[in-house]
Parts: sequence; structure tokens; C-alpha cells
Amino acid sequence: MSDVLVLRAQHRRSKLGRQFVSVGLVVPLFLFLVLTLGVPIAGTFWRAIDDSDVVHALPRTIDALRIWDGQSLPDESVYRLLAVDLQGARENETLALAARRLNYDIAGFRSLLFATARRLPGVAKESSFKDVMIQLDPAWGDLKHWGAIKNATGPVSLFFLLSAIDMKMNADGTTSMRSKEDSVFLQLFGRTFFISFVVTVICLLLGFPLSYFLTTIPARLAYPMLVLVLVPFWTSLLVRTAAWVVLLQNNGVVNSVLHDLQLTQEPLALIYNRVGVYIAMTHILLPYFVLPLYSVMRNISPVYSRAAASLGATPLRTFLKVYLPQCAPGISAGCLLVFAIAIGFYVTPALVGGADDQMISYYIAFYTNTSANWGLACALSVWLLIATVLLFWTYSRLLNVVPGNIP
Amino acid sequence: MTGQYYPTVLGRVLRAMLWLLSLAVLFFLVSPLLAIIPLSLTSSSFLQYPIPSYSFRWYEDFLFNPEWTLAFRNTFIVGTSTAVLATTLGTLAALGLSRDGFPFKRLVTSFFILPIVMPTIVLAVATYFAFAPIGLTNSLVGIILAHTTLAVPFVVVTVGATLSGFDQNLVRAATSLGATPIRAFFKVTLPLVFPGVVSGAVIAFATSLDEVVMILFLAGPDQNTVPRQMFNGIKYFLSPTITAVATTLIVLSVLLLAAVGALRARVSRHYATVGESS
Repeated sequence: MSDVLVLRAQHRRSKLGRQFVSVGLVVPLFLFLVLTLGVPIAGTFWRAIDDSDVVHALPRTIDALRIWDGQSLPDESVYRLLAVDLQGARENETLALAARRLNYDIAGFRSLLFATARRLPGVAKESSFKDVMIQLDPAWGDLKHWGAIKNATGPVSLFFLLSAIDMKMNADGTTSMRSKEDSVFLQLFGRTFFISFVVTVICLLLGFPLSYFLTTIPARLAYPMLVLVLVPFWTSLLVRTAAWVVLLQNNGVVNSVLHDLQLTQEPLALIYNRVGVYIAMTHILLPYFVLPLYSVMRNISPVYSRAAASLGATPLRTFLKVYLPQCAPGISAGCLLVFAIAIGFYVTPALVGGADDQMISYYIAFYTNTSANWGLACALSVWLLIATVLLFWTYSRLLNVVPGNIP
Repeated sequence: MTGQYYPTVLGRVLRAMLWLLSLAVLFFLVSPLLAIIPLSLTSSSFLQYPIPSYSFRWYEDFLFNPEWTLAFRNTFIVGTSTAVLATTLGTLAALGLSRDGFPFKRLVTSFFILPIVMPTIVLAVATYFAFAPIGLTNSLVGIILAHTTLAVPFVVVTVGATLSGFDQNLVRAATSLGATPIRAFFKVTLPLVFPGVVSGAVIAFATSLDEVVMILFLAGPDQNTVPRQMFNGIKYFLSPTITAVATTLIVLSVLLLAAVGALRARVSRHYATVGESS
């Protein structure tokens, strides 16, 4: 009895020892990725919800507005607190950040805040700040502006995450869609999904016949042809984009060939527009469609199709009812993979697209670099990340493989 | 589906259409790469056919222009450092993950794969915000760390694939014959998975060689790399030097592809012989 226990304990100890070594081997990469991936992405999520600029600048006003019902204008005491806060914020230089944040909510708020802060010191202490401020700018008599301040209570909020999908938080805590003229991002997400969808469909239309073709010819022919798929797959994305920029110019190779064949009189506009984006993105993503589909199709045994044919099914019926269902996992996996990679494209649309062909990645870069609206850049990142991870999760469920494990 | 028989006229027509369409798609895939190669040898400043006369002047520009040499040097430093770091971390992790009874294997693997799943721009912006306050922007070290993050999943996957065909009994045999675990690793495991490790390193290098989005956010003018120089060239001034660089990169990627293909063949041959002898 005790021998069994000793043996069991020894077994457990050796199993623990083995696990200890296994975990020890993985720890360096795990820690590395926690620092270079986990921490930065956590930072992105934090910046997407961090909303403390206004509360830092206008603490007293925010405090007083917490009990404001949002139905009628705040009373004199709140106006007075705002006047005090504005002076304080001007001195400790937190006003600019608060003004920027409020300006994201209501355009023109920045100048309203600065103008008010500049002109308030001249106001006599005993006068009614409410009257004076509304006189300075009628905006202070508008519930909308007070609602915007109340919404920026912070320290965290859904403001940026909602803004990134054209929604807003109202003063009473409900959410609603922004007005048509303030809405941009749903349209950009729509464009991103639309371009990706079109590219996926083109990949399907070109990639399915090619994959099928490769399975019907002898291996000694199929392998060299597969290399023709693999070489572009392996070639740098920038090189392929550069090639298309060279080829698709007005006086580029494609247009001069078309002209020499007398197919066109005037050069076709093939670049810096949607056509160029579709061509270049399809070229880059087609191998991602063909390779997984080909590996699925190659393993489909022909006996089922033969059986169907021998039982009298027409070739079309055999194809639709027997062959196609067996390819379905490969087709859906290829489509998902192409679509998921496409929605994150940045370099190719930036180089071959026009202003109306930029995808959501472009705006993440834009709000980071050019307009320095980091909360919005991070909120757009979060939404794009969620969409991509969901697509890849579906992909791995479908094929039961780890993404990135491409032949 | 080999050896199918197409008896009807309609079948033959469909078959011919399939051939035509497939060859056209293959042509679409390869022709841009083939079209750009002769253009790199033009003596003219215009990227047009017919090519007036051939010269190596754009390759000379690429080799001797200080902007390009700096970019080339940086790319080489970043690429090799990334390959070394990613291969070390990735191989160790793949070895750990492949051992029996690794806890939460699926979850940990998904985490390791995340960098290639997420859009690069998301990771680039996140890395920029994380690296800027600690002085890792405008530095090669920061770029190497970021590229390692992007490249390491490929190493984990490649080495992991090699290990999945690896017979753990060989290690057990070695230890039962008295080898210490460390000796068994260096004498048995490593030689057998070495081709997989080298392919992992090659893919890591290729990943870094192709990467521009991280560079756009993390690099200053002193950290210019070949991809960034190309990006700016395509965007602002398209000179034939770009085609010379592109041709060089195409040749390089074909060589790398051939190297990885040969290594994979070697791995499967290894296993084939091990299988025969056992």
C-alpha cells in the first residue's frame, strides 16, 4: 500500500519536474511578448477609455455637475466654479488638453473655452457669472455644451470607443447615434469592409478555378505551377506594390500594352483609385486563398465523385452536390483568411489608392501622427483588433489549425 | 481528381476554359515581378518599355548612394539581430510547448501567434506609445524588439511543425543509454530539428526584411531601412533605383524560398530514414 503511494508521489514529482522544465523553456518568450505585445496593447485599450483631461483641468465644475440633471441650465454657483477652474487651468496649463477633448465632442469648443478664459479676469467679482458668460458667448446658454462637460467626467469613459463608431453619450447617460454630418467612421469601416469583401470575392473567383486546376493536372506539372504561386507569396509586399505602381501608371506598362494593341485610345486611370487598390490587393492576397484551398482539395478523394457519376448524376450535379461540399471548409477558410488580412491593410492602399480608397488603418495612422487624437486612434485600433481577432478565431475553428500555419 | 475523362464537347470546352483561366491567373501572379526586372536594367530615367539600352546605373545608385547604403546597413543589422533573437526565443518556446502535458498549450500558443494575427498598424501604434517614453523610438534596439515580436510566431510555428514529426522515443533512448538530458538535447534533438530552426531563422529574417509599418512609426532618419526608403520612393519619387532594389529583393526571396524548401525536404528525408531504420 505504502509502496503504491511512494510510487505515485515519485510519479507526480517527476511529472511536476517535467512540467517545470517545459514551462521554463516557454517563459522567456512569454515574458518577452508580455512586454512587447501585452503591455503596448493594454496601453491601447487604456488610451481608448482614458478620459481624464477635462477632470484634471476643471475639477470643481465637474464635481458640481455630477448632481446636475441636464434638463435646465446649471445655476449661478456652477458658472462661478467654471470661472475659477478656467483661471486655474490656464495657469497650470491643463486647459489645452481639456479644450482639445471637448472639441472632439463639439466642434468650436476649443475657441469657446480659450476665449472665455481670456476674457473672464476683467469681470467684476460681484456680477452674475451666468449672465456675463452667456453674454460673452451664447454657447454657455446652450445645454449641449454643459452636457459635453458633464460627459467628460472621467477618469474613464466610452467616449472615444463610441465616437469611433459614430455614437455619442448624452448628458442623461444614454447613448445615441451622431448626426449625419458628424458621422464619418461607420462609413470608413463600411468602406474597409467593402474593399475587403470585393477583394475576397475576386480571390474566390480567380483562386477556386486555379486551385481546382492544380489538383487535376499531374504532379510534375502542378509543382512548378505551385512555385509560381509561392514566389509572389514570398516576395516582399512592398516589392509587389512597387511593381504595380510602375505597371499601372498612365504611361506605364499596362497602358502602353493596351495602347499598342489598339484596345484603348486614352490611357486608363488604373492607379490612385479603387481599381488599383483592387488589383494590387488581389495580387497580394490571392496566394493566401489558393494555398489553403489547394491543400484541402488535394486531399479530396475522387472516389465520391466517381460514385456519384456512376449512379447517374450529371457532371454538374456531381460537382455541386458531391465535390463542392467537400471543398467548403477550404473555401470558407480561404475567404476568412483573405478578408481578415485585407481589413488591416495599410501600405498598399496608401501607395496605390486615392484619398477615397484609404482604409481604417490609414486613419489610425492619421489620428496618431497628423492630428494627434490618440484616444480616437486607439479606439479605432480596438475596434479593428476586435474584428480581426473574431475573424481569425472563426478561421481557426473552421480549419482547426493555428493561423499563420500556411504551407 | 487526376485522370478525369471528359467525353462530351461541353466537357472539353469547360476543360479548355479552365486551362486558359488558370494560366491567366498564374500569369497575373507572376508577370508584375517579371515585368519589373528588365526595367531595373534600363539606361533611361523613365520606367517604360521598350528599354532604350541596358545599363547597371540604377544598381550603382543603389550600391553607392549613401542614403541607400545606410538603409541597407540598418536593414541588415535589424534583420540578423531579429533572426537571432526570434529564433532563440521561438525555438525554446516551441521545445517547451511540444513536451507532453504542457499546461494551457492552446491558450499560450494563441498568445504567441497574436502578433501575426493582428493588423500591423494596431501593433505599430501601440508599440510607438509604449516605446516613446522609454527612449526606444528612433533607435535600432527598439526596431529589433518590435520586429522580433512580429517574427517570433513564424519561428514558433515552423520549429513546432518540425517537432511535431519528431519521435520523442529517440530522446528516451538516449537518456536510457545514460546521456544527461542536456547531452541528449544537443546530440539528438537539436541535430534533428536543426533544419526547422534554420528555416525559422530565415523566415524571421525575411519578415524583418519586408517590414515597413513598424519602421514608419519607430524609426527616425538615422534608422532608415530599405523598405522605408522604398516606401518613400514609391510615394514621392519613383526612380528606377526602386526597381533595382525590388529586383534584388525578388532574387533574394527566391533564394530564401529555395533554402527553406531544401531544408524542409531535408527534414522529411531525415524522418523518412529514421522511420525506415526503426
